[in-house]
Amino acid sequence: MPTEPNKEQVVSYGKLTAVWAGLLALTALTVWISRLDLGVNRVWGPLTIAACKGGLIIAFFMHMRYEGRLLRWVLFVALVTLAIFIGVTFFDVLYR
Amino acid sequence: MSQPVHRRDAGAKLGMWLFLATELVLFGGLFLLYAVYLARYPHEFAAAGREMHLVFGTANTVILLTSSLLAAMAVTAIQRDERRTAVFCLGGTILCATVFLCNKYLEWRAEIGLGNYLNSPRLAAGPPGESVFFSLYYLTVGLHGLHVLIGAALLALVAVRVQQRTIHAGNYALLENSALYWHLVDLVWIFIFPLYYLLL
Repeated sequence: MPTEPNKEQVVSYGKLTAVWAGLLALTALTVWISRLDLGVNRVWGPLTIAACKGGLIIAFFMHMRYEGRLLRWVLFVALVTLAIFIGVTFFDVLYR
Repeated sequence: MSQPVHRRDAGAKLGMWLFLATELVLFGGLFLLYAVYLARYPHEFAAAGREMHLVFGTANTVILLTSSLLAAMAVTAIQRDERRTAVFCLGGTILCATVFLCNKYLEWRAEIGLGNYLNSPRLAAGPPGESVFFSLYYLTVGLHGLHVLIGAALLALVAVRVQQRTIHAGNYALLENSALYWHLVDLVWIFIFPLYYLLL
């Protein structure tokens, strides 16, 4: 939907409620799969679902879907920084 | 609506997002500590994790998700100039925050009752990994709880200002940025929940 440059995007109550229902469904799913015996996926399954829930919150509740390039870059740089911290730390810890 | 006001709001929002980026790195550091110690003490972490209360964790997840929905609705309401709805939604968010903290109190009381507190005789006598788990748990969840408290206080201030009509459809940067902060609190909990309550 095209918007005027200086006009704030208004997210309807219906859309927000739909996102909330999705988040609750993902919460139920993550509790359910954590009770199963999945081996390695026992760690990665719930974390993947958590990332999906985080994505929904950032995109809709925090309006990132409707923001310009600048704020998207701020978020992207923060996440990449975090990924580098985690990657480099494990590179050290796992190969000591 | 004049141009400069909008530009100032955009600047305020950019500042808020830069602050949220630092918060992500702050909590990310704590999650990284958790991951490193999980790799070092998998069995001790599993034993300690089994003592966590899944019911409290799940209930608090649902409460925070609902509070986030209400905060997002408050932003929509103020954009549509529906002042009463905005105040109602903000009140709901603050109520959720209060219930969350009460749950946290009950959960910590139960945990402490089991002898799982910092430097307790039980943890001091047990394997080192379990005391690391509980140290990280109290540090991460305590810092998150502090954020809940600050966020709720901020939203209460915002609700008063909406009521006084100093925040309205033409000027709602404070409400929008406080809601962003609240969503971050929710976002952090979404990762605390699987790490401490589900994985082990």
